[in-house]
Amino acid sequence: MKAEYNFIANIIEKNSTVLDVGCDDGTLMEFLRKNKNVNIRGIEISKEKVQICIAKGLTVIEGNAELDLKQFPKNSFDYVVLGQTLQAFINPEIVIKELLRVGKKAIVTIPNFGNWKVRLDLLFKGTMPITSSLPHEWYNTPNIHMCTIKDFVKFSETINFKIVKSLALINKNISNISKSNIFLKNLFGELGIFLIENK
Amino acid sequence: MNIRENIKTLIIEKPLKLDCGQTIIKFPLAYETYGKLNENKDNAILVFHALTGDQFVTGINPITRKDGWWSYAVGSKKSIDTDKYFVICANVIGGCMGSFGPSHENPETKKIYGTDFPVITINDMVNAQVNLLDFFNIKKLFSVVGGSMGGMQVLQFVSNFPDKTKTAVPIACTSSHSAQNIAFNELGRQAITADHNWMNGKYNSKSTLPDKGLAVARMAAHITYLSKKGLQEKFGRKLQERDDLKFGFDADFQIESYLRYQGSVFVDRFDANSYLYITRAMDYFDLVKQFDGNLSNAFKKTETKFFVMSFTSDWLYPTQENKDIVIALNAIGVNVGFVEIESDKGHDSFLLEVPNFLNALKNFLDKSYVESNNES
Repeated sequence: MKAEYNFIANIIEKNSTVLDVGCDDGTLMEFLRKNKNVNIRGIEISKEKVQICIAKGLTVIEGNAELDLKQFPKNSFDYVVLGQTLQAFINPEIVIKELLRVGKKAIVTIPNFGNWKVRLDLLFKGTMPITSSLPHEWYNTPNIHMCTIKDFVKFSETINFKIVKSLALINKNISNISKSNIFLKNLFGELGIFLIENK
Repeated sequence: MNIRENIKTLIIEKPLKLDCGQTIIKFPLAYETYGKLNENKDNAILVFHALTGDQFVTGINPITRKDGWWSYAVGSKKSIDTDKYFVICANVIGGCMGSFGPSHENPETKKIYGTDFPVITINDMVNAQVNLLDFFNIKKLFSVVGGSMGGMQVLQFVSNFPDKTKTAVPIACTSSHSAQNIAFNELGRQAITADHNWMNGKYNSKSTLPDKGLAVARMAAHITYLSKKGLQEKFGRKLQERDDLKFGFDADFQIESYLRYQGSVFVDRFDANSYLYITRAMDYFDLVKQFDGNLSNAFKKTETKFFVMSFTSDWLYPTQENKDIVIALNAIGVNVGFVEIESDKGHDSFLLEVPNFLNALKNFLDKSYVESNNES
């Protein structure tokens, strides 16, 4: 189980309705179902992963977030979760807008490209960074739109959504991101966790 | 065709008003069951058969002496586990395995109905079959499951009886028969009616049957059940028991021989008029139109949990048509799962040994069953 799941669970209120976009093998869905008693659905692009979810008794549809979210009416879910996949979409702006249409709130996590290890890799090696959370080579990475914690905050201003809560994951610990500490969180944070809603 | 010994038949006393306007009464509905109905009567699954299927889902079909049409999926420890579930399947009305159909005798004229039989619809089929629930004293089914025309019946059943099943599994089907679907069915019907022996559907009174027309109908339809890739891999241009082309019209190619065989065995077990009636029912199926262009409205009143499956190489009821069902369900917040199964076996995939399909079906049913028992 990924380190951030506990923190995502803490954000989500009990008995709410949740859509996990890119639900993978359903680990987060199971965790939320068990600990938060949520009514949870998933959408996942990989057939194999959908099969795993079905075997776990989870309700999942095979689909692509860029194409298949439009079938859900406005405010279908209390929360929509997008875990570490925003950077893989062709058009993250459309995806964010869709998340906030389908969900009353959205929880978006991003691998932080501003992390010092990433910065050092590029600075000293002069090659595209490869880390444990970003293990791909530049030519085969699905992560075509990497961003930093700072970038995401700026993104919220540009496309006009509200960040209700922002957290940084550093060494399995979680801390709030604020205006005064964003420089450090962006340098040390491995992951940014954002609770967002429409303005 | 006479009603044969091995066929269980329920006489439906309740009048059934058909979509065509006629009312039928005291008509036979032939069915078969597998497994045991438990004490709570909450483990029943109603399986709907496809165009050429019948009530003999699994095991040896007592009439044809061949394996039941869904032997891969239904049985002890299989996807639809008969150790766990009580499986019911009825021959559709209009069919030819004991249920009220065109091969039955009209009590007024003492003659075979033939084309005097009323045109029936998918809606009529499920309205006839729901009587089985009363017969077995089942308040709510655990599931309704079916592929192809069976899937259409699943959709119609939930629409007509939104609180009569906990789960529903429509497989490789559509909510509305497409022009292409209708075209292929019309081809089959034309083949039958062009056969001299068809005699405007009154052939049963003679000793000759429109076997040739029915065989051609089956051959044409059979092609639509397979994929190009599947056909190519299985047959390619392989020759049938010969070293070279014979420059004639015998079956030079294995695919020709295969189709001829499929046609010839089909006529032994199927009635040509039933083929006309059932394909017509499929063509008339349009749940979208029935609900004024909005499929979601068909499922507005239901809390049934759905699981939709399609197959990559199915071009008869392609994935998009199955996805349209999912979209309509999601639009009104119905609990629905969906997966497209990778398979080269075309539309027929649901009848064949396709492990990813069989596993998904089993997992969905078994997990949902545990879940529904925990809730109640």
